[in-house]
Amino acid sequence: MAKIKAAIIGSGNIGTDLMYKLVRSGLIELSAMIGIDPESDGLKRAAERGCQVFSNGIQALIENPDLAEIVFDATSAKAHIRNAKVLKDLGKIAIDLTPAAVGPFVSPAVDAHAHIGELNVNLITCGGQATIPIVHAINRVADVAYAEIVATISSRSAGPGTRANIDEFTITTKRGMEEAGGADEGKAIIILNPAEPPILMRDTIYCEVRNMDQEAILRSIGEMVETVKEYVPGYRLKQKPLFDENRVTVFIEVEGAGDYFPIYAGNLDIMTASATRVAEEFARSLLDQKAKSVR
Amino acid sequence: MIRKSDKPIKITEVCLRDGSHVVAHQYTEEQIRRVVKELDDAGIHYIEVSHGDGLGGSTLQYGRSRVNEMNLIEAAVDECKQAKIAVLLIPGIGTCRELTQVHSLGAGLVRVATHVTEADVSAQHISSARELGMETLGFLMMAHMAPVKTLVEQAKLMESYGAQAVYVTDSAGALLPHQVRERIAALRDSLNIEVGFHGHNNLSVAVANTIAAIEEGATRIDGSVRCLGAGAGNTQTEVLLAVLDRMGLNAGIDLYKMMDIAENTVGPLVPKPQEINKGSLVLGYAGVYSSFLLHAERAGKRFGLDPRDIIIELGKRKVVGGQEDMILDVASELAQARILEV
Repeated sequence: MAKIKAAIIGSGNIGTDLMYKLVRSGLIELSAMIGIDPESDGLKRAAERGCQVFSNGIQALIENPDLAEIVFDATSAKAHIRNAKVLKDLGKIAIDLTPAAVGPFVSPAVDAHAHIGELNVNLITCGGQATIPIVHAINRVADVAYAEIVATISSRSAGPGTRANIDEFTITTKRGMEEAGGADEGKAIIILNPAEPPILMRDTIYCEVRNMDQEAILRSIGEMVETVKEYVPGYRLKQKPLFDENRVTVFIEVEGAGDYFPIYAGNLDIMTASATRVAEEFARSLLDQKAKSVR
Repeated sequence: MIRKSDKPIKITEVCLRDGSHVVAHQYTEEQIRRVVKELDDAGIHYIEVSHGDGLGGSTLQYGRSRVNEMNLIEAAVDECKQAKIAVLLIPGIGTCRELTQVHSLGAGLVRVATHVTEADVSAQHISSARELGMETLGFLMMAHMAPVKTLVEQAKLMESYGAQAVYVTDSAGALLPHQVRERIAALRDSLNIEVGFHGHNNLSVAVANTIAAIEEGATRIDGSVRCLGAGAGNTQTEVLLAVLDRMGLNAGIDLYKMMDIAENTVGPLVPKPQEINKGSLVLGYAGVYSSFLLHAERAGKRFGLDPRDIIIELGKRKVVGGQEDMILDVASELAQARILEV
């Protein structure tokens, strides 16, 4: 079956973990891995897997525009703002894993199709990918007035980028809960826990709803967990949701697939798995278009 | 008293911030105004006003404030003639947005707090606060959970970001006087900035710990009138001042006025006197974040458990400050395990 060619810019932790997810995809062919450090572990691993590798950053795409139709950006918010412009001029679909938020927010469990046709979509944050599907699941049956999430991740899985700009996490996640999750108002909290051995990513979601219906909420959450599991197998309810008056509390645990990161880093795994899922929707649509134009 | 620093002692009164836990964050503007006015008149140097969990802490996770903290901070600034209003900011809960806002309302000092091993998340907030021109201090919470060497490394990070002092924050009230001494001395040896101490009284050694800290050269000291604070509360300000006076140290604060504030103004604010009950004792004993106490008591009631069992289990799981959601989770798990046993 034909596949759509894709490239990754950014050969750090996220880019490298993403590579492992893409080589398993039935719809995407990873053609190139683009970094800026020829000695980086990510580029070496990509070369071993037979990918074309480049260490001259976005310039590689300018010089070889046919490398890919879909480009994942796993660099930094600052770099993405520059890259986004180049990718737009080249007519590439940009799947943005940085907090730059140039394009609309997307959570694959909520609305992967909604943004087909866009040239740039943003993956929000790891905490957003883990919690927004639940906010959405509650909102679609009970109308969420206020949602609050607490994402607790192991210290080891929080990279220097996250640590240097933790406000980006809280502010972007809050916006994602409102724009993609459907809450009227959102609030996000992140906690780093240094316990050894490292803890799995855990998320608590509190929602205050207008139309309390316990059965409908439980059913909707259950369906949503199954949807997320399709692309993040280690995503699960830690225990039964709790109900008090107009409030629902949901406890989630995210175990990673253990590709490039150890399994405790469910926060990083859910980002790369979500990016893959979103890109596959775009690839499916591109393949459909191609099939039609051949006919 | 022999001190290893010749800088004056600066007291920060926390009954309106840490003490906010005791009243489940229900302070009114009128209460804040009265307490601040009297503390200012007594000569207190800094008065901290924020949600108990810092700026942005009014949430379902930590409990909602009755009055928006911005209104309380503005009112507090309004009542001060000489004292500076301080705020607490825990990155991950509050952001630089709230910081800019409180600065514009007149707050003059911020303590940027992180878990003792996670200082690098404070770089952004410490440098922003300095740019705003605020006095900026680092607050290393749960200081008992890391070896002294780690504490020193983390404090140096905060110093490098621009912090003008770093606190040893005994959030669990778990440190003993000799451990406080060791930590303050190590920071004094390694930093070029002031060192502070924030104690909790869960093991009834808050005043003793604070005295040890002052002797070792800590100059930024937290106290709370009537002990008002999470767990068994903090170092009781009026008691500390009396002890310091007996040791020959005059902090420049009127002791009689402080006693009157404690008796007539702050005492009547709380539902019951702050004492070391079995719950708060277990916090100190197990080394668990003091703010968890009221949440653990509530969860104990809901699931029919002894709050001590919940706290001990949280200690085993090495839960850090801010993880209040773990209390419900652990309580519900313990309750289910109990059903299975029966």
